[in-house]
Amino acid sequence: MSTDLQHRPAARPDKRPKAPLAPWRSNIGLKIAMAVSGILMILFIIAHMAGNLHIFEGRESMNDYAHGLRTLGEPLLPHESILWILRIGLIASIAVHIWSGLVLSRRAHHARPVRYAHRHKNRGESRGAYGVMRWGGIVIFLFVVWHLLDLTWRTVNPVKEVPDAYGAVVATFSPERWPVTVFYLLALTALGFHLRHGIWSAVQTIAGPTTKWRKRTQATALAVALIIVLGFAIVPLSVTFGLVK
Amino acid sequence: MKLSLRIWRQSDAQAEGKMVSYEIDEVSEDASFLEMLDVLNERLIGEGEDPVAFDHDCREGICGACSLVIDGQPHGPQAATTTCQLHMRKFKDGDSIDIEPWRAGAFPVIKDLVVDRSAFDRIIQAGGYISAPTGTAPDAHAVPIPKQDADAAFSAAACIGCGACVAACPNGSGMLFMGAKVTHLGLMPQGQPERATRVLGMVAAHDEAGFGGCTNTGECAAACPKEIGLDVIGKLNRDFRKAAIRAA
Repeated sequence: MSTDLQHRPAARPDKRPKAPLAPWRSNIGLKIAMAVSGILMILFIIAHMAGNLHIFEGRESMNDYAHGLRTLGEPLLPHESILWILRIGLIASIAVHIWSGLVLSRRAHHARPVRYAHRHKNRGESRGAYGVMRWGGIVIFLFVVWHLLDLTWRTVNPVKEVPDAYGAVVATFSPERWPVTVFYLLALTALGFHLRHGIWSAVQTIAGPTTKWRKRTQATALAVALIIVLGFAIVPLSVTFGLVK
Repeated sequence: MKLSLRIWRQSDAQAEGKMVSYEIDEVSEDASFLEMLDVLNERLIGEGEDPVAFDHDCREGICGACSLVIDGQPHGPQAATTTCQLHMRKFKDGDSIDIEPWRAGAFPVIKDLVVDRSAFDRIIQAGGYISAPTGTAPDAHAVPIPKQDADAAFSAAACIGCGACVAACPNGSGMLFMGAKVTHLGLMPQGQPERATRVLGMVAAHDEAGFGGCTNTGECAAACPKEIGLDVIGKLNRDFRKAAIRAA
């Protein structure tokens, strides 16, 4: 039997790239691109969350803040110029994040083409990550589309006047439009799980911490995810329950 | 013990396979899992049937030849144990047990439970070595190595290259294996000259073989019979980033 085994056919998987990939296109290279773009988006999200809290200071303060974003850098720079620089950076991050995610998912699918007949529950350190990152990512993407239609372009928002950010928020999360609030909270939950894994996974990909620091990173990731979820959730909940009118 | 087994049977690499049921009686609870399969094979040979093909060699838990996904878990339910060191006392009389081969695109099935793991050899060939001068062996303590580094390198070197990490990974990734090699050699002074070319070469060979990327789910570390941790994947990522930037 042992002599038979020396004449095994060489492994030739179905899907093989024709030439070795450049380092940035390798699995780790794409993961680094995903991690960096993810971190940029987290910085945006934290700023966005902090900005949202202006709603508790009243209509004027909220609308001034929204206006301030558009006139940032004026009169030195043209109207909305800083805003557009930030937007382009954000759009690029989203594009890189989704593109690397799709390529890696496709490669992972080829790397594990056959399922086990006996499916055992996961035992890993971040056992839900597979679903949380892929399915959660899709939920977050769909939410962002809705969110832009609702509060940026106002296509589906009753308040069409762009300067009235306060009015638009109050209108969209009004008690009779409760499904909007529910969808918002659902997407936020998906985001929270996505970040809890994504933050420490990004640090693992870029910095490669020791076991001790990995555990600390995981705790930090959970804390950041909770702060972000709570910071965002408080706005629609306050409107739906009539604390902000 | 009496057991119902469901075993993946596949006559060759091209054939369609399926799970086949076998009833087996009078299994000693002191038998190892592989000895239980030996008993089954004796019977199959006696009945003129094709015995179940599975990989095995040292049966001491150190060679990395044995595999088997037992009830959905590579190397079975006992932590830090290879299949050959798993004993039937871990199971109960009347249990039904599912036995499948490692499942990964880079590990094609050759027959039944035997898969081709030569993709791992290609990763090693691409950088998992050091160049040492020939001649008389150097003095034992001629190259001082900090105790911490020696211990960490030794833990990583415990990798037996069995492929359980790949079998457990939902992405079919070989990053834990590769990370163990990169960590083991990268912590040693002897591994420094080739440190950058090693990681670039191994990662290229890994991706070319069709292994997937790492989602950091940790399934690999949970399945590893040598308890190699996720920190080696972090080290691999860091070494790769540094080497790739320097090479660019």
